[in-house]
Amino acid sequence: MRYLPLTETDREDMLARIGVPDVDALFSDVPRGKLLEQLLDLPRAKGELEVERILGRMSAKNTAAGSVPFFVGAGAYKHHVPATVDHLIQRSEFLTSYTPYQPEIAQGTLQYLFEFQTQVAALTGMEVANASMYDGSTGTAEAVLMAHRVTRRRKAVLSGGLHPHYAQVVETLSGMADDEVVALAPDVRAGEDILGQIDDSVSCVVVQSPDVFGNLRDLKPIAEKAHAHGALLIAVFTEVVSLGAVTPPGAQDADIVVGEGQSIGNALNFGGPYVGLFAAKAKYVRQMPGRLCGETVDADGRRGFVLTLSTREQHIRRDKATSNICTNSGLCVLAFTIHMTLLGQAGLTRLAEVNHANAVKLADLLAGVNGVEVLNESFFNEFTVKLARPAAQVAEALAEKGILAGVPVSRLIPGAGLDDLLIVANTEVNTDEDRAALVAALKEVL
Amino acid sequence: MLNRQGRPTQAGEGESQHHETFTGNRALEQIEPLIFEIGHHETTGVDIEKPAPFASRLGKHARQGEIGLPGLSEPEAMRHYVRLSQKNYGIDTGLFPLGSCTMKHNARLNEKMARLPGFADVHPLQPVSTVPGALELMLELARYLMTLTGMPAVALSPKAGAHGEACGMMAIKAAIAARGEGATRNVVLVPESAHGTNPATAALVGFSVKPVPARPDGTVAVEDVRALLGPEVAAIMLTNPNTCGIFEPQIVEIAAAMHAAGAYFYCDGANFNAIVGKARPGDLGVDAMHINLHKTFSTPHGGGGPGAGPVVLSERLAPFAPVPFIHVEKGKSRLVEHKADAPAGNDPFGRMTAFHGQMGMYVRALAYMLSHGADGMKQASEDAVLNANYIRAGLADLMSLPFPDHPSMHEALFDDDWLKGTGVSTLDFAKAMIDEGYHPMTVYFPLVVHGAMLIEPTESESKASLDLFIATLRDLAMAARGNDKSRFTSAPHHAPIRRLDETRAARQPVLKWERPAPVQQAAE
Repeated sequence: MRYLPLTETDREDMLARIGVPDVDALFSDVPRGKLLEQLLDLPRAKGELEVERILGRMSAKNTAAGSVPFFVGAGAYKHHVPATVDHLIQRSEFLTSYTPYQPEIAQGTLQYLFEFQTQVAALTGMEVANASMYDGSTGTAEAVLMAHRVTRRRKAVLSGGLHPHYAQVVETLSGMADDEVVALAPDVRAGEDILGQIDDSVSCVVVQSPDVFGNLRDLKPIAEKAHAHGALLIAVFTEVVSLGAVTPPGAQDADIVVGEGQSIGNALNFGGPYVGLFAAKAKYVRQMPGRLCGETVDADGRRGFVLTLSTREQHIRRDKATSNICTNSGLCVLAFTIHMTLLGQAGLTRLAEVNHANAVKLADLLAGVNGVEVLNESFFNEFTVKLARPAAQVAEALAEKGILAGVPVSRLIPGAGLDDLLIVANTEVNTDEDRAALVAALKEVL
Repeated sequence: MLNRQGRPTQAGEGESQHHETFTGNRALEQIEPLIFEIGHHETTGVDIEKPAPFASRLGKHARQGEIGLPGLSEPEAMRHYVRLSQKNYGIDTGLFPLGSCTMKHNARLNEKMARLPGFADVHPLQPVSTVPGALELMLELARYLMTLTGMPAVALSPKAGAHGEACGMMAIKAAIAARGEGATRNVVLVPESAHGTNPATAALVGFSVKPVPARPDGTVAVEDVRALLGPEVAAIMLTNPNTCGIFEPQIVEIAAAMHAAGAYFYCDGANFNAIVGKARPGDLGVDAMHINLHKTFSTPHGGGGPGAGPVVLSERLAPFAPVPFIHVEKGKSRLVEHKADAPAGNDPFGRMTAFHGQMGMYVRALAYMLSHGADGMKQASEDAVLNANYIRAGLADLMSLPFPDHPSMHEALFDDDWLKGTGVSTLDFAKAMIDEGYHPMTVYFPLVVHGAMLIEPTESESKASLDLFIATLRDLAMAARGNDKSRFTSAPHHAPIRRLDETRAARQPVLKWERPAPVQQAAE
């Protein structure tokens, strides 16, 4: 077995040194009859070549995004990631290190965490950011709990533009602690009366922009009303590239900002691993979940970085911790921060511009197709169209033609009477040919 | 005319001594500023063509003003991150005996497989008909996990160990609510030796926590558990093998006591790597157990993630598993993404995360399982246990064992009794290990042991590697006892940086880079 260095002779010598007759003597605390005597019913060890064949065959059955005209978004986005990123994150010292509990030999990890926190704070326009959450959805649920700790209230209002999966994750976690959640109905045209929901009993309002249907939302009036009632505004985004083009939530007085960072540096991966971005106003830092990296000095006065404010965390505070999170998204953070460093604000702004330009082109093209109506007044790189047929059928028919057209709203929200809606994303990877192919295929199908 | 004098080939003259350098660098060890100190706002390492003019649809939402982020060109970025990497210790650098964390070899085959386009480049919401291979991979991973644990169901979606704990405890909460006892059964028993995530998870899910005292021999006794049982007790969260590295001898009796009292047994599976192929949690009475794919099945730790925390569930809890999951009936598999689509008899408690969980980690873990096979996984567990006990045998005469009466499983636990009177603390000892080229063991955990040192070598170490490690620790132990205090109390001496002031970091938190205030011109 290529991964196991001990030889049979080694094992015998080591057992003799320990002073036991066989290895099972070391398992003597396993209750009688519970120690397995036979191998489990699974295949025997395989060489690299064989494993590659097996997994290669499974992989080949899937349609890779890069192999077709691809317009699927709604919370995860196909972007180009520079080759440098994947090379660097596979360096042994990054890939095979642990959470930086021994800072003297983990300054590499700690410094990129500090840089990442600074980047996220700048992008969102917030004062502080943590070292990541699992993804945007779990980060949103944690943000709600954080707001409850800050306000000492237990009622969250969720916008109907919040990604339905995010809303479900919030509802699941909140339900366990009997916290109240008011989830507004799906809001395709961004017309909901969220201000009317805010009163003195509300802990937080959760609003996504661009929302799941692609609409850009004005957060400022919501923040104002929330603050007037002692509540917090939690701003959510699923497409971090949008922050290169739109007003950041921090400039609209959001109190906590949570987002999905997958678009920068990370592959689609069928949904994970991704990287949750989490930022807040500095006055709430001690109520934040997750790890924080801070600057300090060593015994010689040289600058260095450590994990800090850990008295918030589970390994110190146990059942009084701000979260149970331990392992987070380390290597996805690294991919994010490298890609963001390569982009810089100049590159990010340009990337966002291309995304928006491509989406505008597609919206204009689709608006000219019979049986298609673009519903959004404003959008970034994603919008919702109303089709003359159920969107799931259309998406399936287009998939058969080798085009992945978007996400039917019924996939996210079944049974809500929104079966004719399709969410369509368009990023820098899409070409004019891709868009022409989508338009032509739609005309055939509709 | 050729110069006849060649390059000098002798070693230079002079004593080896500490020389200051102009740059502050020390050869391969380079000081690396922050990107904010070396980058510029106009620089970018990505070439993207400017789009043709178009009419914006951003409305009034267009960003005003600068973001305030520097960029680096590609060569600058490459150098920045390579230099940072050189300040890190990884498994590939050397022995990384971090107890409870399981730092085993990370095979690069697994990285390669996770990057196949059919896994890495598929979207979680593209039509299900276009991802049959992804579902097949998830089902195959599930089959392996269920077989290895002897459990009938598994929820794959949790994102890491603590998230898996939350999933398991939510399933327990849902099962209790379904029995109509939701209002009354709200206490969870957690041993004092538990990982901090256990009480934190119980609290997160809305339970209150009652500690179970630790026995002097490092185990949990069934009498102590029984004494705490009552109609208000929902579950126990017990790690097995436990955080002292001991297989809980009374685990079957504890499980039976919980079940007899109408409660559930949550097993923290962080240490499952010790018993894969040797014992099955399903045979021990476990109702739910998370599996850290990044520990037991070697998906890389990546400097703190990403992990993956699938949870195996008993028959009693399986119906409450969260969406999404794959339902197989009559050989046909179906992805269930909504409560309303769940097959009859199922009552999912909700959703843990957007999408399907950590696919990238599933691929790596399955590649590990396929490579090892049933035989290799059993051998890996045995070797991990053998290696830990070999280290224990090699150090037991110099360092003190808090629990000598039980064999260790995959990790050997020492306390600091043997350091009494030396003026050297566990932390000092750990820092001196850094100078010797080792990553320290886990220190000060579990909390039930004073000055704990938890050593987990894993199966990835050769005997020669273990022998050198033992010899090194013996040398350090002798030095600590021999009054060579300076080797410890100011260690590390050879790391890129010396001990850091963590108190200052917490008292005056600096959590991001701020542009330094412009230097005032000196008044004339």
